[in-house]
Order: sequence, then C-alpha cells, then structure tokens
Amino acid sequence: MTRTIFLAAVMVLVAATGTCAQTLKAVKDRGALICGVSQGLAGFSNPDDKGNWTGFDVDFCRALAAAVLGEATKVKFSPLSAKDRFEPLKTGEIDVLSRNTTWTLSRDVSYGNFAGVTYYDGQGFMVRKALKVNSALELNGASICTQTGTTTELNLADYFRGNNMRYEVIAFGTADETVKAYESGRCDVFTTDVSQLYAEKLKLTNQNDHVILPEIISKEPLGPLVRHGDDQWFDVVKWTLFAMLNAEELGISSKTVDDALKSNQPEIRRLLGIEGNFGEQLGLSKDWVVRIVKQVGNYGEVFDRNVGAGSKLAISRGLNRLWTKGGIQYAPPVR
Amino acid sequence: MSDSPGVYVSGDIRSGSVAPRVPLRHNPRFRALVSQLILLIVVLWLGYELALNVRSNLRAQQITSGFGFLFNTAGFGVNQSLIAYNESDTYGRVFLVGLCNTLLVAGIGIVLATLLGFIIGIARLSPSWLLARLAGAYVELIRNLPLLFQILFWYLAVLGTLPGPRQSLSVGGAIFLNNRGLLLPAPLAGKGAGYVIAAFVVGLLATLALMVWAKRRQARTGARVPSAWGGVFLLMTPPVVALVATGFPITLERPELRGFNFVGGIRLLPEFVALLLALTIYTAAFIAEIVRAGILAVPLGQTEAAFALGLRRSLTLRLVIIPQALRVIVPPLTNQYLNLTKNSSLAIAIGYPDLFAVFAGTTLNQTGQAIEIIGITMSVYLLLSLLTSALMNWYNARTGMAECR
Repeated sequence: MTRTIFLAAVMVLVAATGTCAQTLKAVKDRGALICGVSQGLAGFSNPDDKGNWTGFDVDFCRALAAAVLGEATKVKFSPLSAKDRFEPLKTGEIDVLSRNTTWTLSRDVSYGNFAGVTYYDGQGFMVRKALKVNSALELNGASICTQTGTTTELNLADYFRGNNMRYEVIAFGTADETVKAYESGRCDVFTTDVSQLYAEKLKLTNQNDHVILPEIISKEPLGPLVRHGDDQWFDVVKWTLFAMLNAEELGISSKTVDDALKSNQPEIRRLLGIEGNFGEQLGLSKDWVVRIVKQVGNYGEVFDRNVGAGSKLAISRGLNRLWTKGGIQYAPPVR
Repeated sequence: MSDSPGVYVSGDIRSGSVAPRVPLRHNPRFRALVSQLILLIVVLWLGYELALNVRSNLRAQQITSGFGFLFNTAGFGVNQSLIAYNESDTYGRVFLVGLCNTLLVAGIGIVLATLLGFIIGIARLSPSWLLARLAGAYVELIRNLPLLFQILFWYLAVLGTLPGPRQSLSVGGAIFLNNRGLLLPAPLAGKGAGYVIAAFVVGLLATLALMVWAKRRQARTGARVPSAWGGVFLLMTPPVVALVATGFPITLERPELRGFNFVGGIRLLPEFVALLLALTIYTAAFIAEIVRAGILAVPLGQTEAAFALGLRRSLTLRLVIIPQALRVIVPPLTNQYLNLTKNSSLAIAIGYPDLFAVFAGTTLNQTGQAIEIIGITMSVYLLLSLLTSALMNWYNARTGMAECR
C-alpha cells in the first residue's frame, strides 16, 4: 500500500512540474504544432462546414508550422474561450496562443510575450438601426452585452465613466451567449473589437437591421502570445510574422515566390534564404520563408482571404496597410 | 490492513493462555499506529513538495503571488450589487459583490425550493389521482433534464421573448415587465418614516406574543383560542395609525422610462429571475422525492391512529406525519441545499454576476492570480457548504426524537 501511495505521489509531482523552455525542440519532436484559437470567430478562427479551421489567426499558426515543420498542415487547433485562454499557454498545453488577443501591459507581464501585432483593432459598438443612434455618445443609460474576461469590459467602463454616462453591463461566458442575448433584445448594444463586430454581424438573422457605430474607443493590437522564458521560440514566432510582412513589402506572394527565387535583389535573396543563413540562426532551415509564402501566403494575401476584400467580412485594411502604403504594419529587416 | 484487536482477545480466551505474549511488531495497535504515522508523513511531505514546486514554478514564470491584488482597482462594471460598488473600487470589493449575489440567489432559492418541494412531494401522495400524476410528471420531467439547459430555457426561451422597454407590459403604470427585468415601485422613506417602522415592529412583537400565549394556553387547557383575527388586528393597527399620524412619510417611487431603460424603482434582473427559477424548480423536484420518501417512511399505523383520534387529513399531516418524516428528510435535504448553492455557479452562462462569474472569471482573467483566486473561491464554497451542513445538523439533532434512535 505504501508503494501505491508513493507512486501516486510521484505522479502528482510530475504533473505539477512546469514545462521546460525547449518549445521549438518539443514541437519538432512531436511533429505537430499545438495552437490555441477561438471557439469560432468568422475571419479569425472558425471551422468551416467541412470542419477545417479557417481564418487569420489559424493561418498564422499554419505559417508557423510551415516555417518550423515544413508543412502548413501539421497544426492541431485547440479552441479556447476568452476567459480560459491563458492557462493552457502557461501550463504548456499549447505552444502558441493565436486567438485575437489584445496586447496589454498586464497580460505581457502575467501571461507571456506578445510576438508582434498581427491585426490592429479597436473596440466599437453595434446597435439596432431602429434605435436611431448615430454616435456612441448617445448611449447614456443603455444596456450593453459583452464577453467576460476581455479588455472590452474595462474599456467600456472607462469610456462611460469618462463621458459621465450611465450604463448597464451584462457579461457572458462565451461569444455565442453574448450575441444570443443581444439578438433577444436583452441589450441595446453589443460591444467588442470592430473586426469581431463585423464577424458576429454575419451570424445575425437580419444583418441589415444592425449598424456599427463610428466611434473606436480603444486601441486593440491583437497578436500571438508565447510563454515567458523561451527566447528561441519567441524569436521564431516573432519572425514568422515579420517574414510574412517583409514578403508582402517585397512583392513576394504565393503565386510569385517561384519567380522571386530567381531574383537578384539582395533583400529578396536574403529573405528567401538564397543568401545568408538567417533560417539557421532561428533554428530553422534556410528556406523557411519560401515555405511560409508558398503554403500560406504573405501578410496581405492572408488578410484579404480571411477578413479583407476577398472575404465575407470585407473589412478595409485601414491601419493594417503596410507602412509604405499609409498603414502602420512594419517589420524589421532580415539581415 | 492489520487485524482488529478483538480477534486476538477472543483467540487468547479460546486457547486459555493468561498473558498474551505478542512481539511488538505483531501488536495490532502498534502496527495501526505505525502505518498511520507513515501515511501522515507521506501526506505532509507531499503537501510540502507541492507547495515548494508551485512556488518555484511561479518564480520561474515570474508570476508574483500573494493577495496584494485584492487592493488594486478593478475597473470593470457589475450590473447587480447589494453593496455600493463602482468601477473605481477594488478587486476585494468585487469579491464581496459576487459573494453577496451568490448568497442572494442561493438563499432565496433554498427557501423557495423547500416550499415548492414540500408541496410537490405531498401532492405526489395525494389521494387525488390527477394531482398525484401531475406531481409525478413534474418530478420526472424536471429532474431528468440538465440544469444548464433549464437555465438557458428560462433565460432565452421564456424571459428572452418579453417585449423591449418601450413596449413593456405594465400593471397600473407602476409595475413593468420587459426583457430588461421586472420593475417595481421602490418605497422612499421621508421624514418620520422611522416611527412607522417602529410601530410595525411593535405590532409584530405583539402578534408573536399573542401566538405564543394562545399556544401555551391550548397546551395547558386544551381550549383553542381563535387568535388569527386578533393577530391580524395587532399586526396592522400600529403601522397604519403611525402612517396617518405622521402624514404618510413613506412614498412609492415609480420606475420611469427614460431613454433606453427605466430609471428608479426596484429592478429584478432577468438573469437573476431565470437563475432563481431554474435552481428552484430543479432542486424542488429532488426535494419532492425526499419528502415523499420521508412521509412513506412513517408507518401507516401513525396515520390510522391519527384518523382514529378524529384528526383531519391536513392536521394529521402537519401534526403527526411531517414531524416524524423530518427525521428522514433533513439529512438528504442538506445535500440538496449544498447542491443548489454550488449549482448557482452556472450563473456565468447567462451573465448573472455571481461569485464565480465576477471573481473566478473576470477578476482572475484581469489579474492572472489563478492560484490565489481559485483558492479563495474554493474556500468560500467549502465554507458555505460546511456552514449549511452545520446548521442542518443542528436542526436535525433538534428535530430528531431521542427515544427512537
């Protein structure tokens, strides 16, 4: 009996042990990347009618898998609610959290490192057209539905306090419950990031009865998150995003990448691994960017396909245009 | 495990030896002591290792631990609070707000579920065929459907279909029902309202005194005192007199539609109502079965004896059957009370701001202090459960009849 207790004790201790820093090695050994995504948000991470995951956040994970494992398909997606998204990253159940997560100071300190901004978003409001509201400043006394465990709750409180307006907040556990409550008329307003408002609007029965108000009340830089204490993995994730941005800036897309391999432009040659050993420096192979762009695409392609002009959401690039085109998406050089 | 001492003693008597000479390592009491000591050491060591492990892991992930976060500003809103709360209050205050909301729904839920459960349980045993079948159908339907489903049903399918604030259902322009909740006029205390409240307390005490006196007199002499009307008179007169004398200082504030929502009055949130309805109706089905079992456990002879004495059915139930049945009912009833309290944490599905939703949900997510917050929340539910158990055990000890043990 003492032996059983001892075995149980050992098992508990093993279970309680934290994960080591070697995420890159762990992913390569496993042969698959485990990526935390949302439970279904059109444009960002959403299973289609065949059960395949699609979306911006999903494609980022695919790009990461293409860079690390050589195959964009070697990803296992783990759907997480907004409230419970950070613990699996901390405990090592997922390798990266790519789940429209806003970069804030306290999250950066408490939960992990943000590997950059994949999408510059902001919080907005959706209301019924019948209410004849034209501005968020007319929302005094309104009932507002939001999802619990988000920065949205805090921004909402700040905005209404700042403008001396009363409000009632009803915070739900998941996005679906929030939208259902808004649709049933429990709230006058549904608030979340604007990109998500566009996505959720698609699910409403009468899309055209609802309008998204012009005010953006917060900065919501969304990005992938990795665990603290693993600089190598942090670099790999960070540079996967930079590679996608640099590829777009240099005009390399999934269609033109084969031609680009013959280019004599030094910047293109460095990015695609024809010159230098930049992939090896990251712990990857030389052609890591070629694989990303060929299998998933550059930043612009991924944006258009999932949330931009080529998608149902049809969100304009706005702030997410490259810095060369009036936006603020900017990546450090590969050299 | 080791043999019990009884076996050795009887063995010794049979063999007829005078003093049993057992080596220490075969001594059952010694063996029991050692094995328990080893178990204790292992458990303590395990706990120590776990604590150490958690601490080093937290340190490795650079997570500050401790309870300092309770004094930081929360910054988010909560839509129902029994104590004063605004966004600039602390997480500690959020904890109290959530705790009060949990206690509110659990407390009212327990009272209502007990009442409904007793009614249904007794109805199941009613000689009326229809009533008994209806009660049976209620129990079978309700207890076999998942509670979360029932909460969502009341919230989305029933309360969700109510009209918006501008098309509210209204009773006399004072009570309004819409999908934002039930609005009732709120009493506003003016100058002299204290006298009215004092007069009410006096009336209440006088009524209680009358009831006690009537009961004692009946016990002593057997004569029943018709105290009901006297009680109503004693209860109503003092506050009415005080109201008139002070010139009606208590007024009613009617809820008023202003902009998106009603302002003023008392509001019952649809989230609260849906959760309360679901918890009450669900738990009542289980309590009904417990009550039925308790009543059936009382021998039929008791009923027959009561009838033979000429007691009516209702009196038989109240004076003979229920007091005896309570001894069987109370212990499992405690379980249902504990279940109801713990089940109230499903509130998060419909956005009712209970302890679990605002503290173990939003606060945890905003602060990242998982271990502390889960620890606190667990202790609270544990404490609530232990308190309920203690209270019910005390009541059980009081209602149980000593000679029947």
